[in-house]
Amino acid sequence: MPTRIDAAGEPIAFTFDGVRVEARAGDSLAAALLAAGIDTTRRSAVSGMARGPYCMMGTCFECLVVVDGVPNRQACMVEAADGLVVTTQDGAVDAFAHEDGGREMLA
Amino acid sequence: MTDTIVVGGGLVGAAVAYGLARAGDTVTVLDEGDVAFRASRGNFGLVWVQSKGDGRPEYTRWTRRSADLWPEFTAELRDLTGIETHYSKPGGLHFALSEEEMDARKSLIHRMHNVHGAAEYGAEILDGDEVRKLVPGLGPDVVGGTYCKHDGHASPLYLLRALHEGILAHGGRIVGDARATEVAPDGAGFRAETAAGTFRGDRLVLAAGLGNRALGPGVGLTVPVAPQKGQILVTERAAMAFEMPTHVVRQTSEGTFMIGDSHEDVGFNLTSTTPTMAAIAARAVKMFPFLKDLRIVRSWGALRVMAPDGYPIYEESRDHPGAFTVNCHSGVTLAAAHALALAPMLAAGRLGAELDVFNAGRFDADAH
Repeated sequence: MPTRIDAAGEPIAFTFDGVRVEARAGDSLAAALLAAGIDTTRRSAVSGMARGPYCMMGTCFECLVVVDGVPNRQACMVEAADGLVVTTQDGAVDAFAHEDGGREMLA
Repeated sequence: MTDTIVVGGGLVGAAVAYGLARAGDTVTVLDEGDVAFRASRGNFGLVWVQSKGDGRPEYTRWTRRSADLWPEFTAELRDLTGIETHYSKPGGLHFALSEEEMDARKSLIHRMHNVHGAAEYGAEILDGDEVRKLVPGLGPDVVGGTYCKHDGHASPLYLLRALHEGILAHGGRIVGDARATEVAPDGAGFRAETAAGTFRGDRLVLAAGLGNRALGPGVGLTVPVAPQKGQILVTERAAMAFEMPTHVVRQTSEGTFMIGDSHEDVGFNLTSTTPTMAAIAARAVKMFPFLKDLRIVRSWGALRVMAPDGYPIYEESRDHPGAFTVNCHSGVTLAAAHALALAPMLAAGRLGAELDVFNAGRFDADAH
């Protein structure tokens, strides 16, 4: 389990799936989540299996989360900020989520 | 048993090598490695029949033959290797964004029908309402399109992997990091000088993509292929929304949308460029407005292998019989024909008469 080696920095907090997560200013979301003991951030769009932060540098796309309603954000590339609402990226996005009537056209 | 050297381990070389190994040849594939241009890895993944061969009916028939062979081809690869190419054949759509585009498209389809017959060619002209029934989310600028039931799509990467596994399963050999620097007649056969040593065989197939141009003269073949760049954008994965491929957008079996239909003559240049990517994205969003909300996660440029007239080049060397060259820009579409129709001809040592028109002699003004 990763542990925080430097607890300096201004304390901030966001929520992950409704649970309050304490972080430090300058943390990435992925770093803050791992420091809080949370290592599952998404479910695979193909298999549904649990996935979590891996490369921590924006390459592997394993740490995807929903941030303030925006899906598929890379948790390792988003800086933690007070009050962010972060949730698990549960599988694939709906391509028509923003389209008025898009869903009806599929029926 | 014939020892055959295939220079090139991309989709063209691998399909030919797979077919040769399947026919009983002892096959050695010489693959350049990661430094190659690797058009096969940049391929869009269409198995596309509509609009192919305007002015060259033999190309339409050859393309259609491959599309007809694809179902058994993909099933055979799956049974042999356990690898799915994710081929599906729901038909394909080409859209028009203006009445002018629609008129040009109608003229093309009518020409093709005049040559091949409407039933044989199998493409239909659809108005705006009709295309909207086939795919969801089309924007108001789409005025109509054409549908062809023979069109489909597959994963180029899984296809390439399946072919490589299939070659090995049939006793073939694939040598990596073996960039061929020279090919030449050698006694009764041929040799290839490569970074991984010298290889000898009874027959030689040059399937090295753009590399064929420099290698061909070593065995008396003139191969005037040149690069044409295409750029592709890939979105994040989305829930499956449509199975049907279109000429500029298709959703892959993993859920990403691949977008791209650019053509640039810029030499050996693989750079992704902002103006072209922006133009690709703008046109795609016009067709499918919902794409504007999906994030782009990857982009790349790749080089098509183009003959001057855009058609394949299949030829046996007149000076050195037993040396062949195989060239095309549709490595996915033609993979089934290359493996199941062309390779048996090569194994028999003679190209079929239906491929006569694809001889590179057609570019020689003095020959006609």
